[in-house]
Amino acid sequence: MTITINGKQKEIDAPATVAALLASLQLDAARVAVELNREILPRARFDCQALDEGDTLEIVQFVGGG
Amino acid sequence: MKILLNERPLETAEAVTLFALRDRERPGADVLIVNGFPAAADRPLAEGDRVVLIRRGEQPSSEELEALMSARHTPGVHEKVKRATVGIAGVGGLGSAIAVALARIGVGRLVIADFDVVEPSNLNRQQFFVDQIGLPKVDALKANLQRINPYVKVAPFFGRIDAENVPQLFGMVDVMVEAFDAADQKAMLVETFLGRCPGKPLVAASGLAGFAPSNTVMTRRAGHNFYLVGDGETAARPGEGLMAPRVGIAAHHQANAVLRLLLGEEPM
Repeated sequence: MTITINGKQKEIDAPATVAALLASLQLDAARVAVELNREILPRARFDCQALDEGDTLEIVQFVGGG
Repeated sequence: MKILLNERPLETAEAVTLFALRDRERPGADVLIVNGFPAAADRPLAEGDRVVLIRRGEQPSSEELEALMSARHTPGVHEKVKRATVGIAGVGGLGSAIAVALARIGVGRLVIADFDVVEPSNLNRQQFFVDQIGLPKVDALKANLQRINPYVKVAPFFGRIDAENVPQLFGMVDVMVEAFDAADQKAMLVETFLGRCPGKPLVAASGLAGFAPSNTVMTRRAGHNFYLVGDGETAARPGEGLMAPRVGIAAHHQANAVLRLLLGEEPM
């Protein structure tokens, strides 16, 4: 299925969860903020949130420093 | 006729000149400003003129001070920012500089939160002083902000910020600022604030260590009500430390994004 991540289309295998997607992108779930279809997604839902065809995600990975 | 002298209404005779007013009201004043511009020569005054007369170096009275500080703020901006409340989570290199910038422009209320105390290693970039080492950062910053602008209300919270207390601490702000150091804390604050305080904008930062070119620090929209400052990738690590210039650039990107949001403008 096709989803959009940070404005770019990407083909992923179905079924997929947000947690699985983050793992495949080699992103640390503790350091990202994920917006799914314009709503912020609580971290507690990463494991069970299924992705659907046409979903739009914004994923920000934070780096340390402040 | 009516004029404003040092921002207070004054009834004067018609056809009074600037120098005559000075000699009567503030003899010896050597800084003369009419309608926002320094005046070197004598000139007639007109109804509604705003005149500022001060002696260079003189400490104004407290009611004069607020009026004189306000006079420096851009008209139409100050009225809006003075009514605003801004939350700042973390007052290290980013948060302390953001707070100073927002206090200088007269943002009405700042809610500042941090669990840390001032350490010597902070002084390479954070807005604290040597004699504040050991103080809670929020207390030291509040003291510094009051010295800069005593008319800004500062609400400090000394303690850990977590998913439980974010809504209680920051639920009433107009704009929220994420200014933590640790990446997982940044992610927690963004997730919690955007999820639990819906409809309010948040300005976060990521990627501001080292001394890479200034123009690689950007402000961008990263989601709904979510703005992100930084280069996105330069993490603080051994060999790539946090330093005042680039942290300050990011902090002022954040402060300007806050100002633009308060004025109803998109940050980019």
